[in-house]
Amino acid sequence: MDYNISHLKELEAESIFILRDVAAQFERPVIMFSGGKDSILIVHLAHKAFYPAKIPFPLLHVDTGHNFPETLEYRDNLSERLGAKLIIGSVEEAIQSGQAVEEKGVNASRNMLQIGVLLSALEKGKFDAAMGGARRDEEKARAKERFFSHRDEFGQWDPKNQRPELWNLFNGRKQMGEHFRIFPISNWTELDVWQYLAMENVELPSLYFSHQREVFERDGTLLADCDYILKRPDEKVFTETVRCRTIGDMTCTGVWKSNASTVEDIIEEVATTRMTERGGRTDDKRSETAMEDRKKEGYF
Amino acid sequence: MTDNTELLRFTTAGSVDDGKSTLIGRLLYDSKSIFQDQYDQIKDATERRGEEGVNLALLTDGLKSEREQGITIDVAYRYFSTPKRKFIIADTPGHIQYTRNMVTGASTANVALILIDARNGVVEQTRRHAIIASLLQIPHIVVCVNKMDLVDYSQEEYSKIQESFEAFAAKLDVVDVHFIPISALLGDNVVSRSEKTPWYNGPTLMYYLENVHIASDHNFIDARFPVQFVIRPNTDEFHDYRGYAGRLAGGIMKKGDTVTLLPTGFSTKIKQIIGPDGEQDEAFPPQSVTVLLEDDLDLSRGDMIVRENNQPEITQDIEVMLCWFDSSRPLQQRGKYSIRHTTQDARCIVKEIRYKLDINSLHRDLDDKNINMNDIARVVLRTTKPLFIDCYRKNRNTGSIILIDEASNNTVAAGMII
Repeated sequence: MDYNISHLKELEAESIFILRDVAAQFERPVIMFSGGKDSILIVHLAHKAFYPAKIPFPLLHVDTGHNFPETLEYRDNLSERLGAKLIIGSVEEAIQSGQAVEEKGVNASRNMLQIGVLLSALEKGKFDAAMGGARRDEEKARAKERFFSHRDEFGQWDPKNQRPELWNLFNGRKQMGEHFRIFPISNWTELDVWQYLAMENVELPSLYFSHQREVFERDGTLLADCDYILKRPDEKVFTETVRCRTIGDMTCTGVWKSNASTVEDIIEEVATTRMTERGGRTDDKRSETAMEDRKKEGYF
Repeated sequence: MTDNTELLRFTTAGSVDDGKSTLIGRLLYDSKSIFQDQYDQIKDATERRGEEGVNLALLTDGLKSEREQGITIDVAYRYFSTPKRKFIIADTPGHIQYTRNMVTGASTANVALILIDARNGVVEQTRRHAIIASLLQIPHIVVCVNKMDLVDYSQEEYSKIQESFEAFAAKLDVVDVHFIPISALLGDNVVSRSEKTPWYNGPTLMYYLENVHIASDHNFIDARFPVQFVIRPNTDEFHDYRGYAGRLAGGIMKKGDTVTLLPTGFSTKIKQIIGPDGEQDEAFPPQSVTVLLEDDLDLSRGDMIVRENNQPEITQDIEVMLCWFDSSRPLQQRGKYSIRHTTQDARCIVKEIRYKLDINSLHRDLDDKNINMNDIARVVLRTTKPLFIDCYRKNRNTGSIILIDEASNNTVAAGMII
């Protein structure tokens, strides 16, 4: 008898182990839910990890106010179906109350403003562990990330001084006021995520599948036309068959020309593509180490 | 593309010049795992730095300070897959001051990839990497004799290096060592066979990685189930449900098995095993499952389910090979630390430092008790409560511990139980 499991089952087992250790080691853990496929995967894995009990964590969504309406609809349905508590941190409210200042100009994005809103939502909820769907294959700074990533009392990440992680032994100890970011799907690649979601028949937001949308081109990336982005005079809007490979807010999420209308089509597309999924993220293009810089300050 | 591929984790260690980054770059590039935008990005960055060509090291050295200094300072994880397997590379720096990173990368690896520059042969760094692979019990070692192009693909040079490595490895605890002559730069024997080495009949590196037998790397003999979390739904439907969640650390557990609970010593039967897809008849490493027992007995996180006639050692005195990680303070004789073993937490005191191991020569220094960052020492610990241990050689999961500094909360050491 060969006791062998597939790479997807091994990744699943590893992530479930992490989720259970979070429940055991922390007092107030929370899942950072963006509405994207990676956070959907985490919720799905958490459901399996604690079955038949309910997921012992609430979901926290930082709403920039610039989200795709499809994302919000999906989010509300999911939390209702699983009976999970939903907490919303609002960038809009932070701007209204003067805690955040909106960026100006054509490339204005509320991406950076999420950091402050996220940190204050974590503080307000007294959350000591925030789980996210970041993966090491996404971006070079994330390749150095731990499963249990320590943050100081300012929410900062110190990449040069990270705790070594060996075997299955995860150290979640901390001082008062500090917290952890936890990345249960660190070892999954984009293709793994899609293969697994297909295998498990997980329902996904419609944005991931090809659809007709009004778009315009900027710096080689297609962006969805919406009221939140100021267009330059020469930027023409046209209709294209597209889908999202990642879902962030509308100002910084590029859409891709694609005819992939099923999960199987997407797997085919991902397996043969020559561009990373974050290749369409204008927020990463700001500088060579844009992700590391944001992460140090407390970004997801 | 199939979802039925195995997962293989391997670790590499190397310094700036031995071609490690080039090799990783080639594996990623030839398996089409480097994306066009990543490639363009590092090409751009290379040009901006005034260097020629495409510096593939920039792909793995992701942190600002690493790019500035041109060195890898932390473990970087890289991913690629072929139709046969998915690979996770733990890419670690090779210098002695980064021993802790090498140890970290080695802790979960199935395969250690050791690179030797064919012009230099076995050097201090080669020996260090082999010793770490041996200490961390990486099941398979593949030695790539690189830059064969620079020694005219000489079989004689290659054989000399192989003999000298084997002579050294005989002193180590390694069983499965494989040698491959390669040129990472030109691609010889990396993915496709080289015509330049007709005297070499073995597999290419990629073939080796795709086919090395890893199914028996886990211990499937000694059943060990550390309880990680107790699932209690408290709903009407599941009123008295008590599920013991955890990951099999060794052996195979079947529904109906008679089991013993540690530390209480009570005996009961496995009523049900629930996996991610529902009920299953048996469970084995590395599966995460939930176990339900016939009797309602006291059992919580840190306890262990085992078999009556195959139990781990239950002891408060453990002897370990310890790798010290902390830069701010050396290991303290009589020092007190928190210790974690499987899912159990305890405190411990350092009773004795037996010797310091020179990881370049294997020399045991009985007099030097000064254990600083990156040092490896044999140490005796006394714990506040009994741990359920196996020796590391027998089981990497139940044979490993970490020490945590009680003031800083940092992980300050990793230990392999002897």
